[in-house]
Amino acid sequence: MNPWAPFEWITALRFLREGRMQTLFIIAGVSIGVGVIVFMSAMLTGLQANFIKRVLTSQPHIQLIPPDEVARPLRNGSGIIPAAIVQRPAQRLRSIDQWQKVRQQLLQWSEIITVSPTVTASALAVRGDASRSISLSGIDPEVYFNIVRVPDYIVAGQPRVTSEDIIIGLDLAKDLGVTVADKLNVSSATGSTRVLTVSGIFDFGNKGANMRSTFVALRTAQALSRLVGGVTSIDLTVSDVYAAETVARAVQASTGVQADSWIKTNAQFFTAVNAQQSSNTMIRLFVGLSVAFGIASVLVVSVIQRSKDIGILRAMGTSQGQILRVFLLQGGLLGLAGSIIGSGLGAGALVMWHTYMRQADGTELFPLILETRLFASAILLAAVTGVAAAAVPAIRAARLDPVVAIRG
Amino acid sequence: MADRQNVLRLEGVTKAYNVGTPVEVEVLHGIDLSLMRGEFVALMGPSGSGKSTLLNIIGLLDRPTSGRLFIEGHETSMLDDAALTRLRGHSIGFVFQYHYLISAFTALENVMMPMLVERSFPDAAMKERAESLLAQVGLTQWQNNLATNMSGGQQQRVAIARSLAMNPALILADEPTGNLDTKSADTVLEMMRRINVENGTTFLIVTHSNDLARRCDRTVEVVDGRMTATSG
Repeated sequence: MNPWAPFEWITALRFLREGRMQTLFIIAGVSIGVGVIVFMSAMLTGLQANFIKRVLTSQPHIQLIPPDEVARPLRNGSGIIPAAIVQRPAQRLRSIDQWQKVRQQLLQWSEIITVSPTVTASALAVRGDASRSISLSGIDPEVYFNIVRVPDYIVAGQPRVTSEDIIIGLDLAKDLGVTVADKLNVSSATGSTRVLTVSGIFDFGNKGANMRSTFVALRTAQALSRLVGGVTSIDLTVSDVYAAETVARAVQASTGVQADSWIKTNAQFFTAVNAQQSSNTMIRLFVGLSVAFGIASVLVVSVIQRSKDIGILRAMGTSQGQILRVFLLQGGLLGLAGSIIGSGLGAGALVMWHTYMRQADGTELFPLILETRLFASAILLAAVTGVAAAAVPAIRAARLDPVVAIRG
Repeated sequence: MADRQNVLRLEGVTKAYNVGTPVEVEVLHGIDLSLMRGEFVALMGPSGSGKSTLLNIIGLLDRPTSGRLFIEGHETSMLDDAALTRLRGHSIGFVFQYHYLISAFTALENVMMPMLVERSFPDAAMKERAESLLAQVGLTQWQNNLATNMSGGQQQRVAIARSLAMNPALILADEPTGNLDTKSADTVLEMMRRINVENGTTFLIVTHSNDLARRCDRTVEVVDGRMTATSG
């Protein structure tokens, strides 16, 4: 007997060791359950992180835009509205009012990482007889590239944006027959035209984006869209992507400029992520419950099998509390042992899945994220579940009448 | 009243089941019994006479419906379950017909068990006492055997050693030789007698065997829940 272990530990361990077949089977059951939970949780964390990374590396977390122009009904002095039908005005390209002040204000916020003023306008890219409509983004590359990582997607040339440069997509370059260092005529809807040099060609992996998105210097876009000194949006990134909506509301309240978070503009995507999270939680809950019932059923049988032992122990002066603790401990130990093995199984399965399941181009399907927190919480939760599952059999054992127990 | 020499005293103890219902049945009707320190007493009676019920009440495993029970001078009717458990652990040792060792432990550990229950952590003194008790019952070389790997007679000797672990004043033995062959039964009885003489431990032995009863100091008999005779 280990001199450091008290009566309850010694007895619980001996009971588990003696019923080793039962113990092994239930530990295997708990291990599989915990393995499934660990595997699913880690895989979904990885997949979600990947989805969110993909979504959020091609758009800002929050975008500040000027408020919509609205036409108000005309009223005369007596409160009568002479023209009841009011047509919605067309939204012309406008700058955010006093955007420099707003920018300075936003730079003070601890939750906001990047503040990038941008001009977005539609234009026409012309080369010879060919022309394509494009979306022109006038950017400050030093800050904007922290939001949309254009340099990561460059397949030819450099991610350079001086006042004479333009970065275009692969499909647009093919359509117009241009390559790096070729010239393009860019005409805006306002009638301004500039000749720009293709400095880089990107491939976002999306034909639409590759056809339409182009990047020029902020000043170039301002000049082309006749918004000298103005910006049409301020793009932000925040430290906690899931808090983007809350931050957006605070920014809107504080600056008076309309702020749209990625959660709002990608509502469907966000709903899908949430649905995935809820289904994952449900699966984990039910697997956890089946683990708990497994432990409980084994211990219920064990109490019946050991009723004579319990009776003898009670006859020799063992208290109800001691008997209770012996069985609670068995539940906790089964949960703990199963969860440690299960965590290993889950991690192993995850590494295998990550190694062998690849995308068509050989890149990883999802990033491998093995958080210590996940394993620690799985182990702790399984041990607590084991103790909780053991409660009913343990109470039953403690309440056994020693006379009845000894007689069997 | 506390009496140093009086190990057990029962005064008008009754036991009824299904009290207050139409099927109420009284199995013990006013039992008076007194055992002195160092006595070796046989408790006899036909099956169904109430012997086991009486033994359970004396062993503090069951409570009497009325009457008073004193263990080493302590009146037990006012004690709660926890106090009864403590008193049982200290003052009473049990030996059952079917030996009932805990199969998950070795012979030595079974003997250590009452001390472990009391003190929580095992220590060298516990082991030493268990070894000396096993030596008393002649099982030193078997001490590391699991209970399941021993003969019936050996298991019963381990059970006797275990019942002595807390050095109790009273040992209750429920047909301790009932399940043993004649030779083993003889050895076990001799051993109990020797312990009784050497340690002054009081024994109350439930038995159907007249031979065993003859070898006791006296015999008390229960018939139909009443103490009918005391002889010896």
